[in-house]
Amino acid sequence: MSSETKQILTTDGIPLEVSLKKAEKKNKIKAFLLAAPLLLFLVITYIFPIGEMFMRSVDDRMVTNMLPKTFQEMEKWENLEELPPEEVYRAFYEDYKLLVEKQQHGKLGQRLNKEKNGFNTITKKLFRQIKRKKIDESASLKEQINKLHKRWRNVEYWQAIKRTAPPYTMAKYLKGMDMYLAADGGIAQVEEDRRIHRILWLRTLEIAFFVTLFCFLMGYPIAHLLATLPMKYSNLLMICVLLPFWTSLLVRTASWMILLQQQGIVNDFFVMIGLVTDDNRPEMMYNKVGTYVAMTQILLPFMVLPLYSVMKTISPSLMRAGKSLGGTPFVAFWKVYFPLTIPGIGAGCLLVFILAIGYYITPALVGGASGTLISNQIAFHMKTTLDWSFASAMGLMLLTGVLVIYWIYNKLVGVDNIKLG
Amino acid sequence: MALPSYTETRYRIWHYIYIAICTFVFFFLIAPLFVIFPLSFNAEEFLVFSEGMKNLDPDAFSLRWYKDMVYGTKNPWGLAAKNSFIIAIFATIGSIILGTLAALGLSSRHMPYKGLIMATLISPMIVPLIISGVAIFFFMAKAGLAATHTGIVLAHIILGTPFVVITVTATLSGFDHSVTRAAASLGSNPVNTFMKITLPLILPGVISGGLFAFVTSFDEVVVVLFLAGLENTTIPIQMWTGLREQLSPTILAVATCLILLSTLILVTAELLRRRSERLRGINR
Repeated sequence: MSSETKQILTTDGIPLEVSLKKAEKKNKIKAFLLAAPLLLFLVITYIFPIGEMFMRSVDDRMVTNMLPKTFQEMEKWENLEELPPEEVYRAFYEDYKLLVEKQQHGKLGQRLNKEKNGFNTITKKLFRQIKRKKIDESASLKEQINKLHKRWRNVEYWQAIKRTAPPYTMAKYLKGMDMYLAADGGIAQVEEDRRIHRILWLRTLEIAFFVTLFCFLMGYPIAHLLATLPMKYSNLLMICVLLPFWTSLLVRTASWMILLQQQGIVNDFFVMIGLVTDDNRPEMMYNKVGTYVAMTQILLPFMVLPLYSVMKTISPSLMRAGKSLGGTPFVAFWKVYFPLTIPGIGAGCLLVFILAIGYYITPALVGGASGTLISNQIAFHMKTTLDWSFASAMGLMLLTGVLVIYWIYNKLVGVDNIKLG
Repeated sequence: MALPSYTETRYRIWHYIYIAICTFVFFFLIAPLFVIFPLSFNAEEFLVFSEGMKNLDPDAFSLRWYKDMVYGTKNPWGLAAKNSFIIAIFATIGSIILGTLAALGLSSRHMPYKGLIMATLISPMIVPLIISGVAIFFFMAKAGLAATHTGIVLAHIILGTPFVVITVTATLSGFDHSVTRAAASLGSNPVNTFMKITLPLILPGVISGGLFAFVTSFDEVVVVLFLAGLENTTIPIQMWTGLREQLSPTILAVATCLILLSTLILVTAELLRRRSERLRGINR
């Protein structure tokens, strides 16, 4: 501010600029304080736990903490192609004995068994020897342990222990992509016939893609009809979209289970019109067909509602103008109407795709073995195998995928276009 | 939609194809819900239409499964319904309070880091439910709230608030802030202004956000499956267990009740939406 302009003062004698800034700051704090309770609540109960999922997914401190002396001695183990020196054996023996006293040796055996098959047997063997006090601590432990089982004489098992030394690991993420850390430290592929996770990822993407496509193909015409019909008819038809939208997911899944069963109405109808014979009814549930049909119907409202809200704003005179300028109805539709609906298409497809990619309930009920998705696998590991770190890793991989899609969408169309019914 | 008389034949044909497609899609959307009604009155145990039902024989219909739902021995539905309503009501109240406050802050033009905060607040809606389920389970297990009503209510508040935030922010976008300034200049304190001026005006948005939160909680199964113990069973959990084990007609009776409930919610939501649009001056 130049010195010539007179500073404007408020009635209290404070310069107006300062006073305004103060008020502005007060307003900022006020606005922030209103949002603060929810923000704090979500950060504690939701955002942090997602961070904890990440910690869990890479955490591998269990073995590191169980075998402290062993890993210390292993630092000095130079020729990794040969069995480790006596000191490593002694350190391992002492660590293991401590674990036996704390009754945690079983956990170690299981963990090492995941690293290299067959570990559980040989650690149990060592455990029995320790219990019977058959091990002479004054003599060479290397010889005594090596005598217990031929696997203790195999250097690969010692290398496996060494591999578990770092406190953090990418192993769970690699496992989620059917890869693993090989003995030489590189990344290797699981054998072809055991690549279950890759199949699941691909299937999840495939189902999400086709469900989105079907929803788009079915949703576009009816959204158009709803947007162009006079209000009194469209309100009535809107119920057909909104009633399923508000109805419980499980109720809708149940109705599809009734419809699609072998003695169900859809099959009855096929028999009636002579498409199939009565004793040759196709199986439509517990496979992909069931998943596609049920998920399309369940997610269709999420496609129709954003499309409708965009189409509603398009003036009908635009189409008339297109036609009057010599376009056929098809050309007018393709060149004028369709481009205007793209934000709606984007919002609908994004919603449906993101919902479909994380779907769990419907595929689990009507999908059978060939209809299960990645979410089912996550739930399976959370509840049945209790491998929470693997479930976390897969969950975060899925989340990353969703966020990438969301980011691309935001770049292309802008998130502000999403509307709720 | 009548076609003008000068329409060429091929467009006429195309128009009828279009109408046929739309009819099919509407049928596809709504028909599955109506299969449940008649079958829930089935006198027999099978989930197919019996010969008697096809001939509209009154003996083929009965209230047997509704009686089983209410009075059946070892019946979980009573407890499940009670839990579902308690959890949904508390979760709705929590979502409304937290969500409305946050929306008020977010629609102020002074809000710092608006984009980031908005993204955080609506993130539970974008993140796939299964991931939310895992994360919330980790928190509740640590806080000792797994298998408690409190834990489930908190989880449903997390999932329900984004809807309230979005609907209330939308309502506030058409809100004329001069009325609150008028109230303030007439000597009203902020709380009084909110209760007497702002709240009545944004009420339709608050209630419809609350409805979303209620339905989200009432219908939620993925997160509850991780959190609930035997004591906190809810209607969706019972339905899930029932559907996995054996599809019984009792489930259809419950489903019919749920469809009636959702019809009620739909009507309320529609009335609110229209009222809100009238108040915001959107003419349709």
